[in-house]
Amino acid sequence: MSILVNKDTRVICQGITGSAGAFHTAQCLAYGTKMVGGVTPGKGGQTSEHGLPVFNTVRDAVAETGATVSMIFVPPPFAAAATMEAAEAGIELCVLITEGIPAMDMVRCRKYLDDLGVRLIGPNCPGVITPGECKIGIMPGYIHRPVGGSKHNVGVISRSGTLTYEAVWQLSERQIAQTTCVGIGGDPVKGLNFIELLDMFQADPATDGVIMIGEIGGTDEEGAAAHIKANIKKPVVAFIAGQTAPPGKRMGHAGAIISGGQGDAQSKIAALKSAGIRVADSPATLGETMAAALG
Amino acid sequence: MKIHEYQARALMAEAGVPVPPSEVVSSADQVPSAFSKIGAKQVVVKAQVHAGGRGKAGYVKLVSSADEAKQHAERMLREPMVSKQTGPEGVQVRKVLLAGAVDIDHEYYLGVVLDRAKRVPVLMASAEGGVEIEEVAAKNPRAIRKAWFHPHLGLQRFQAQAIASEIGLSGDQAKIAADIMLKLAKLFIEKDCSLAEINPLVKTKAGEILAIDAKFNFDDNGLFRHSGIAELFDPAEENQAELRAKEFNLSYIALEGNIGCLVNGAGLAMATMDIIKLHGGEPANFLDVGGSVSPEGAVEAFRIILADKAVKAVLVNIFGGIAKCDVIADALIKAAKEVGFNVPVVVRLEGTNVDKAREMLKTANIDRLITAADLTDAAKRVCAAV
Repeated sequence: MSILVNKDTRVICQGITGSAGAFHTAQCLAYGTKMVGGVTPGKGGQTSEHGLPVFNTVRDAVAETGATVSMIFVPPPFAAAATMEAAEAGIELCVLITEGIPAMDMVRCRKYLDDLGVRLIGPNCPGVITPGECKIGIMPGYIHRPVGGSKHNVGVISRSGTLTYEAVWQLSERQIAQTTCVGIGGDPVKGLNFIELLDMFQADPATDGVIMIGEIGGTDEEGAAAHIKANIKKPVVAFIAGQTAPPGKRMGHAGAIISGGQGDAQSKIAALKSAGIRVADSPATLGETMAAALG
Repeated sequence: MKIHEYQARALMAEAGVPVPPSEVVSSADQVPSAFSKIGAKQVVVKAQVHAGGRGKAGYVKLVSSADEAKQHAERMLREPMVSKQTGPEGVQVRKVLLAGAVDIDHEYYLGVVLDRAKRVPVLMASAEGGVEIEEVAAKNPRAIRKAWFHPHLGLQRFQAQAIASEIGLSGDQAKIAADIMLKLAKLFIEKDCSLAEINPLVKTKAGEILAIDAKFNFDDNGLFRHSGIAELFDPAEENQAELRAKEFNLSYIALEGNIGCLVNGAGLAMATMDIIKLHGGEPANFLDVGGSVSPEGAVEAFRIILADKAVKAVLVNIFGGIAKCDVIADALIKAAKEVGFNVPVVVRLEGTNVDKAREMLKTANIDRLITAADLTDAAKRVCAAV
């Protein structure tokens, strides 16, 4: 079992003929993802370098391929519009990898998707992977450990890309498998967040525990802490990046900034700890802390 | 991106927000004619720098004559301003704003920011203006009134009218204030702001409503569609090393410590700073070389880190995913040749092709390069090296 995506998920790539879109479509295909086509306006009717059909619009792609998920590699000025196009065309889950989208575009895009009941992962994220079944995004597939043959299986939710890989690596090294790993992205306005995903992992019978990786900026981790205390019965291990980050400076990610006295790591860690959640004090002990929590 | 107060005033005037007359000068000689153009009995002389704490530093002065104005402008343009926010070396003032002073009856606060939790912009207003909004929020949060925008429709007039009344305005003054709120909200959305603030908005003794000071920050991701705003960027206000890093697509932030960091990914870069601190060290910088590391990028990253004289050791922490470890090892070898390591460089590599990368580094036999077994080992070694 897993959340959001599995071996039967049919995926298209918006921006399939661009360099990043083409490269990562190839990587996803190699991993075993059911990539069924792509969209590039003006190139409809062509065949991609992977032998997949290219369509002018997402509507055409959905009608012809039956895709339910779109992996979006569209440049920042057009990315929000491409995401809304996907939602309008009947895509159920948009995985928006693009970094550098204006925040106001995401404000409008998220509302549009909410009104249609369409889910979004990202933007500015590595994507989502159900190890051994379906990889949608830019994460290195081989570091993951599929469910089956491990004593424990955990879910991962993270605002950071490489830090997620770090956590996954440590889990796999300890023979802890991952049900699904979701990179929710480093932007201030995004799609699925800690709370919705924690609920999905709580409901997934295969998931034994969850690692959540937060960082400075905003108050999502505080909200998640209260939600976990009230609703999540499975063990949760957290890490918050940016304990040494100075206020007022944007730390790489658009959303990683301590501003107006809000969003520092210390208050997030305090909120998580007071909700009874184990917080790893070092990025090198995420796997170890999860193993201890699972017993 | 931040802009200067005089630029923010120009934006507001353009949007139709009432502001007192003002002039900008870049030399003291321009002050007398600016003073007479403004035509007010009293004028406020204000240094134009991004750093705060101007008032306490003596870089905001109320004057009654052109001579007095000239004296202060001359001093501000000559002596660097030192405040809590600048560090001991201070910042050079390049422009001075002269603005007509007004008789203030009451000061208000107006600001628009993005509410991340609600995922929409929010207008905040308070009858306790003229002070930092964070202070009001801490002491008396109920004094801050809020109205959230509809994501597609923006702030509505009825919302602005309600807020104007809630901060104690009535009649024509409430109508003018509501108008200003709507204009500020429109500006925030149309120009992709991350902060649009009027503080204070004042009611004068003559009953006028005026914006006295404004602060605008812009979403860097939105600048591509606002060439007029992007032109307001003042490189002189930025850290020069950070600017240079940006040219090479590196995300670099200078800090106070002595251990340089070179990492791929923003989250891992922050976590690397944290683990250094955890083991008793102090990071000298945040540096994210991006998901894929090019040899040119890595060489430039080393140049920037090693140019900081405070740096006594460097920690390279790379998790090779899409970026393969052997490519990074190659970049390290090139950087060692081209830049030269004058301090110990501790390297922790993990991920794709790590064995090949370790072999390459071993063969290259780089002076002062230390290979770490894992992340904790790397942090301990680099802290021990300084």
